[in-house]
Amino acid sequence: MLLALLILLLMAGGIASGFLARVSHAACRWLALITVTIAFAIIVSVWIDEGLSMTQTDSWLRDLYIPWIPSFGIAFHLAMDGLSLLMLALTFFLGILAVLVSWKEIQYRVGFFHFNLLWVVAGITGVFLTMDLFLFYFFWEVMLIPMYFLIGIWGHENKQYAAYKFFIFTQASGLLMLLSILALYFIHGEQTGIYSFDYFSILGTTLSPETGRWLMFGFLIAFIVKLPVVPLHTWLPDAHTEAPTAGSLLLAGLLLKTGAYGLIRFVLPIFPEASASIAPVAMLLGVVGILYGAMQAYSQTDFKRLVAYTSVSHMGFIMLGVFAFNELAMQGVVMQMITHGISTGALFVIAGVLYERIHTRDILRMGGMWKKVPFMGTVAMIFVMASLGLPGLGNFVAEFMTLIGAWQANKLFTIIATAGLVFATAYSLRIMQKVFLGKNIEGHSMTDLSLREKFILVPLCVVIIWLGLFPQQVINAARPTVANSMHAKNHTAIHQEAQTNHVKYTSAFTLEKGGSHEHE
Amino acid sequence: MNALPIDMGLLLAGVLFTLGLISVLIRRNIIFMLISVEIMLNAAGLAFIVAGSRWAQADGQVMFIFILTMAAAEVSVGLALILQIYHQLKTLDSDAADKMNG
Amino acid sequence: MIKLLWLIPTLPFLGALILILTGSRLSWRIAACIGAGSIGLAAILTILVGYDFLASGKEAYLHVAWNWFQAGDLSTTFSFYLDSLSMVFIFVITFVGFLIHIYSIEFMQEDEGFSRFFAYLNLFVCSMLILVLADNLVLLYLGWEGVGLCSYLLIGFWYTEEKNGYAARKAFIITRVGDTAMAVGLFLLFTVFHTLNIQDILTQAPLLWTTGASMAVVIGFLLLGGAVGKSAQLPLQTWLPDAMAGPSPVSALIHAATMVTAGVYLITRMHIVYELAPLAQLWVGIIGAITLLIAGFSALTQFDLKRVLAYSTISQIGYMFLAMGVGAWSAAIFHFMIHAFFKALLFLAAGAIIMALHHEHDMFRMGGLKNKLPVIYWTFLIGAASLAALPFVTAGFYSKDQILWLAWAGEKGNLWFFLAALTGAVVTAVYTFRMVFITFFGEAKTKISHVPGMRITVPLMVLAALSFAGGFIELPHTLGHFTLFSDYLSPLLPAVTLKEGIETTEWTIQLVTAVLALGGLYLTYILYVKQPQLSNEIKSSTFELHQFWFRGWDFDALYNFVFVRPFVFLSRINKNDVIDQFYTGLVQITEYFNSAFVKTQNGVLRWYVMSIVVGAILILTISLFVQP
Repeated sequence: MLLALLILLLMAGGIASGFLARVSHAACRWLALITVTIAFAIIVSVWIDEGLSMTQTDSWLRDLYIPWIPSFGIAFHLAMDGLSLLMLALTFFLGILAVLVSWKEIQYRVGFFHFNLLWVVAGITGVFLTMDLFLFYFFWEVMLIPMYFLIGIWGHENKQYAAYKFFIFTQASGLLMLLSILALYFIHGEQTGIYSFDYFSILGTTLSPETGRWLMFGFLIAFIVKLPVVPLHTWLPDAHTEAPTAGSLLLAGLLLKTGAYGLIRFVLPIFPEASASIAPVAMLLGVVGILYGAMQAYSQTDFKRLVAYTSVSHMGFIMLGVFAFNELAMQGVVMQMITHGISTGALFVIAGVLYERIHTRDILRMGGMWKKVPFMGTVAMIFVMASLGLPGLGNFVAEFMTLIGAWQANKLFTIIATAGLVFATAYSLRIMQKVFLGKNIEGHSMTDLSLREKFILVPLCVVIIWLGLFPQQVINAARPTVANSMHAKNHTAIHQEAQTNHVKYTSAFTLEKGGSHEHE
Repeated sequence: MNALPIDMGLLLAGVLFTLGLISVLIRRNIIFMLISVEIMLNAAGLAFIVAGSRWAQADGQVMFIFILTMAAAEVSVGLALILQIYHQLKTLDSDAADKMNG
Repeated sequence: MIKLLWLIPTLPFLGALILILTGSRLSWRIAACIGAGSIGLAAILTILVGYDFLASGKEAYLHVAWNWFQAGDLSTTFSFYLDSLSMVFIFVITFVGFLIHIYSIEFMQEDEGFSRFFAYLNLFVCSMLILVLADNLVLLYLGWEGVGLCSYLLIGFWYTEEKNGYAARKAFIITRVGDTAMAVGLFLLFTVFHTLNIQDILTQAPLLWTTGASMAVVIGFLLLGGAVGKSAQLPLQTWLPDAMAGPSPVSALIHAATMVTAGVYLITRMHIVYELAPLAQLWVGIIGAITLLIAGFSALTQFDLKRVLAYSTISQIGYMFLAMGVGAWSAAIFHFMIHAFFKALLFLAAGAIIMALHHEHDMFRMGGLKNKLPVIYWTFLIGAASLAALPFVTAGFYSKDQILWLAWAGEKGNLWFFLAALTGAVVTAVYTFRMVFITFFGEAKTKISHVPGMRITVPLMVLAALSFAGGFIELPHTLGHFTLFSDYLSPLLPAVTLKEGIETTEWTIQLVTAVLALGGLYLTYILYVKQPQLSNEIKSSTFELHQFWFRGWDFDALYNFVFVRPFVFLSRINKNDVIDQFYTGLVQITEYFNSAFVKTQNGVLRWYVMSIVVGAILILTISLFVQP
């Protein structure tokens, strides 16, 4: 019940703060902040409840099953395991920061903004929780549309174009996923007589290699557009650049992660053979992404665009790790999802903070800011270092595990990916040089971080350092999920227990469906 | 009753239809276009009747009645549109009503 | 006391943390106390720990702070491992580090980034200590990158100058190239041993590999890649001369005494792997030999005082690599220690001169400082003598003589190594005294604006004493046979097996070295003091070669041409992302079709009728001719 409560809380909070804005903008912001904070508190309490070290082997922490449209085998099925828990903690953490970061920036249609913000967060929450493919597609769309508004209404100069591009890319690829979901539904139904969208039922479907491959492409394309993987990445620089700071934060921190999450949760377990067969190509795409993103990042002059391309580069590691098919790499991927969310999110916040002060994102017009804003400079230095993978910060742990795992799968690609770290150094240091070091060419004067901004950035710093030095809790939390995605075949066996809870619904539904089947 | 020679009947229908079509194409006055359309419809109806009598089936006459009804409906809508066009444009020239070009 | 080992890296870390968190709010006195004090405490602790360590019979001590991360087979800990090798390193790091901190208090007094400087410096010491104390390679890598970061921050310390930022980035990026090789080496080690714990690897390696196993060779080369990056050896040496953009104490601490010798530490630490990979070890020696010559010749032509020292550092580390190449591990470590003393001394003295002359780096605008800065002169002279390895009295002589001897007589030594080292010795003597004569002799060309105070002179004198006396803890067979240092390292680092029947020549070698060093000194004396016009003549007659050496053998130009320019070019021309052009093209095609079809919707009723008719006729025609 807790899980449904989380989503409802966010949706209701979104509607309420939308209306509250007619009374007072401040009240609307506070309400949104409180809503997300409560959600965050709930997740933290669940985590504490489960024991922070999370050494248990059973992967499902919470489970909720309510039949929704039984005649089609659609259920409101939410379940949470370690991976979902981590992603939700990240979601709400960044959600809080997204509200805070918009406090001064957004002054136009405040209510609708917060409505969209909370609904994006709700949609993401749903995506991370749902265990029903139909519901999954529903939430996939729920997070898409408010995001479209966030970019299209509150964005920068070229917002319309960016919003369209974002929408068309994700929508088109999402439709392919819907096709695959439906095909899976019917194939599974024909095989077993049980027509169900339930994740655990679908998992057991045996597919012929040819079908499996085509269906997998449907899912894969949706996820790698979201991730994004070169050459499907071009929506991202535009969307990131034009979105308001909160939008960029959510995009980089969370929306991209839904792609990675989908790969781990759906593609690998449902299509184990098919994904194994494309693994070399997928890893190649990852490596290309790492290098291409880094090269593109180096030449950008727009701060946000630069950071957007670094995302492309970092997401290449996810592709590389997921398709390496071993526990180490997969743990690296989970770690990378979290640390990238934090470090890139923080860089976008810094870009936003700078934009508020000097009204430009052009790094060629910045320079020498350190003298004026040493605190911001120090924070930026930490995240720049995180982005180039400095040990001691979370990203290093992620990249190191990914690479060492990928090494077991493909040596050549790993070497190239490791060399990508040199390019990461080049573009990361370029940020530092152009923005904070060198001479202050245009004589910008500015104030250092305000209390609110410190309140945003300092926790991010603390978390990224904490993850760099004490990452074990995250690794433990993700371990069962990771292990499951590795042995997808055993997956269903392990979770029969979880399934028995649904037996009564499922069996009732089987009868009904089976009956109609005979009728035909 | 001697059967009407079907060739003749169909030829008449064809001639009527072509006349109607040509006048739709060359007329610019929208009322005349409407009248021409009526001629075309009736030509089609005639073809049905002829065919119906040839095969001694009632279907042909059913179709004619159907066409008749449809033509009546069409004329009423058409005339209403013509009135509106005249109100708006103060002319019955169909080429003047090209506001809806893509 | 040995239980407090963890405090040694923690203290500098805390110092750095406090200084970073308080920003520049602290007065310089408090900032100096925290900055230098933390290192001072660490140095005292090092003494206490070292005493315990020796008292316990050099028993290795392991302190596990916490489990870092563990996934799959990989398990890493945050743990410190103390043995005789890391003991030498932490001793040098904390002591030389402390002296340099003291020096910096005066050197940086006027600088507005005073507390930032100490924060970075403390962070550096912390990272360096972690590097040498790490018990697994991942933690070592953490320290390794940490020192790289601090080096970047400190080279670019005066960040308003564009070229300092450039030098800083160059240093970071080039060392990262080496680190990539090292990281791949770690992946490979992990694949073979399923652990990255150094001691486990070292005990398992001989069981798993026979000498010359190809895996060992590959790993040896990959780790060597990391080492050449950090230690500025061929082919990644180009960053170090530019790194002189940083403040002088930084050059002394990071780019002479400690960080650049991390490569030496790494290879020595993994010496068992290298013993099993003779080919890789041979290349360690070859790289050392070539680098020491290349850098030595470049040092001959520089006019920036600090750049001479930078090239000299590269060259001296080349000696250490050469030593490791012939398996003379303890000789390499000995030379590292002595080099840390005298090179730190030289850099600090150079810094004092540069400060005294109002930031003048050009040696040819100095001159005549002998009488004006006597303390600096004498200490610099001792350092220079040690660097040039003047026979019998300087520490440098003993450390370098050992390398020369083993390059000749060691089982893995050969004539080429020996000749390279010998040539290097002459070149070293020449560039060292060229520096001394140009800077301190002749007539004064620039006025002195700042006379160094106690905080500068005392560290100089301590270091001078060390670079004078430090050599006497390890004397060759022929001169007293006192082997305290190599005995101390002996169970850990094996001694070199000599070629048979070669012991007799040791005297000859020493004599040759001594004569060559003195000969170099005399030659320089003639060239730069007696007949200065002669040196100018040589310079102008070999101008091309001189310039070639001056530019560091044009490695920079080569790398710019081969790597940097293509990369920047590619990324510039593709700034707007060629892949996006594809999607834009897709949009344009759609729009083109749209505009084409829109034309048919012209709103003319008769046009529509006509198109219906034509369409109907077409369909009828087709259905007539194409029978189903």
